[in-house]
Amino acid sequence: MRSARLLPLLTFAALLLGWEALVQIQNIPPYVLPAPTRILVTLREDCALLSAALLVTLKITVLALALATSIGVALAILFAQWSWLERTFFPIAVILQVTPIIAIAPLLLIYLDADTAVLACAFLVAFFPILSNTALGLSSTDHNLRDLFDLYGASPWQQMYLLRLPSALPYFLGGLRIAGGLALIGAIAAEIAAGASGQGAGLAYRIVEAGYRLNIPRMFAALVLISVAGISIWLVLELVTNQLLKRWHDSARDLSR
Amino acid sequence: MSLLSLKQISKTFANGTRALGQLDLSVARGEFISLLGPSGCGKSTALRLIAGLDQTDSGSLTWNEARPDIGFVFQDPTLMPWTNVFDNVYLPLRLKGVTRTEATPKIMDVLTRVGLRDFAQSFPRELSGGMKMRASIARALVLRPALLLMDEPFAALDEITRLKLNRDLLELQAELGMTVIFVTHSVYESAYLSSRICVFSHRPGRIIESIDVGPSGPRDDAFRLTSAYLETCQRASTALQNAMERA
Ligand SMILES: Nc1ncnc2c1ncn2[C@@H]1O[C@H](COP(=O)(O)OP(=O)(O)OP(=O)(O)O)[C@@H](O)[C@H]1O
Ligand SMILES: [Mg+2]
Repeated sequence: MRSARLLPLLTFAALLLGWEALVQIQNIPPYVLPAPTRILVTLREDCALLSAALLVTLKITVLALALATSIGVALAILFAQWSWLERTFFPIAVILQVTPIIAIAPLLLIYLDADTAVLACAFLVAFFPILSNTALGLSSTDHNLRDLFDLYGASPWQQMYLLRLPSALPYFLGGLRIAGGLALIGAIAAEIAAGASGQGAGLAYRIVEAGYRLNIPRMFAALVLISVAGISIWLVLELVTNQLLKRWHDSARDLSR
Repeated sequence: MSLLSLKQISKTFANGTRALGQLDLSVARGEFISLLGPSGCGKSTALRLIAGLDQTDSGSLTWNEARPDIGFVFQDPTLMPWTNVFDNVYLPLRLKGVTRTEATPKIMDVLTRVGLRDFAQSFPRELSGGMKMRASIARALVLRPALLLMDEPFAALDEITRLKLNRDLLELQAELGMTVIFVTHSVYESAYLSSRICVFSHRPGRIIESIDVGPSGPRDDAFRLTSAYLETCQRASTALQNAMERA
């Protein structure tokens, strides 16, 4: 078990070492390729600027995720109760999903102020996996259990609350984990699109700005922070999923074991 | 006293499968009826019609008085995996609007009867197959139904557990004064449990033979050694064979 965790860490360390060595031996200037140590130094020097930017991006991502979750789940519930609603509105959701966000962003930036547009983009990409997974989950209840609820005369809302929502939980959480990553991507893509208009202050905007100034180490530093943000979101959602499902669902492993 | 009578019931599914044709069955209070028949002859369908989970095409299904509370035990335990045994058993009461405080003594009572008192807080996946089935039976009993419908409830269990649950079931039936309709594939199980065995024909199902076994009530293991029991097995087995050959 231990070596299974050690191996990826060692590989990663070896890669960084190789990178460092390459830059040092070949004397590559930092504006072409900064060494990992140089990136670390930049991270410390630009700490105030970059952490403020990270906070902006994270806030937008989390807010978008929260919006996508509440609206996605609410819509899925309405779709499950009234199928004509689903037939009417699901195609629109699909159209929004298949249109690349990077193509929608500039348009949104015209109609909305930069912050709202970035939020809207992050929301749009995070929304669909939650809606479609939850809708699938709500319609995948065990038919014997449904019969049981019918036998005892359960009302549609009792069925929803006591049967369909709990059985949709694993599906919803699957959608949420996908949406977490997508929300960050959506926010970053929109920030880059907004970057040109120079209003944003998120991480992606810092990357674009540092690019104009040929401040390559800062670009890398911002990139590192974006990765760290993505990994953190993923870890948190993974943890939540495990906590909620570990006692009953096969997909969740009890981490203590 | 009659509880329920089915007259000339037939059922054809949307895909054209004729599951039941001209099913006649009259059920008296306190009876333990086994439905025995070839696979696919419509036994489960008959139970579902009685429970009101499906509609009949023609014929009449009449309750002598108002339709009583019905308990249904499916072939699979059909427990909600996301919650513990207590809440699973609470479900029928909860759907009837009974509060948790009011329900608790009733729930603990049925759990004690099926021997799961100490497992109220366990989740279904922490239970063995037999224990899950007991939980499912507890849930069916918690409303103290006048009629208990069981669809091959013990089919997936080992022989010893099955014999024990059979004995327990008869005791519960006597204690609660229930009427039971029990679907099984096992001639021996039906001969041990029933007061009456109804043998179904091949699809479309109807009853081709009805075997009276004796008054319902608890039976000890010695019952399996009586000549009456062996004779019942013999008759049921012959009837079943006839049903299959006529296919
Ligand atoms: N929902 C359905 N739609 C179409 N056909 C069905 C449906 N349910 C059952 N049938 C058919 O009706 C027939 C009777 O089914 P039923 O489940 O009642 O049989 P059974 O006697 O319980 O069989 P077994 O002993 O194998 O459980 C079968 O041929 C089955 O294929
Ligand atoms: Mg069946």
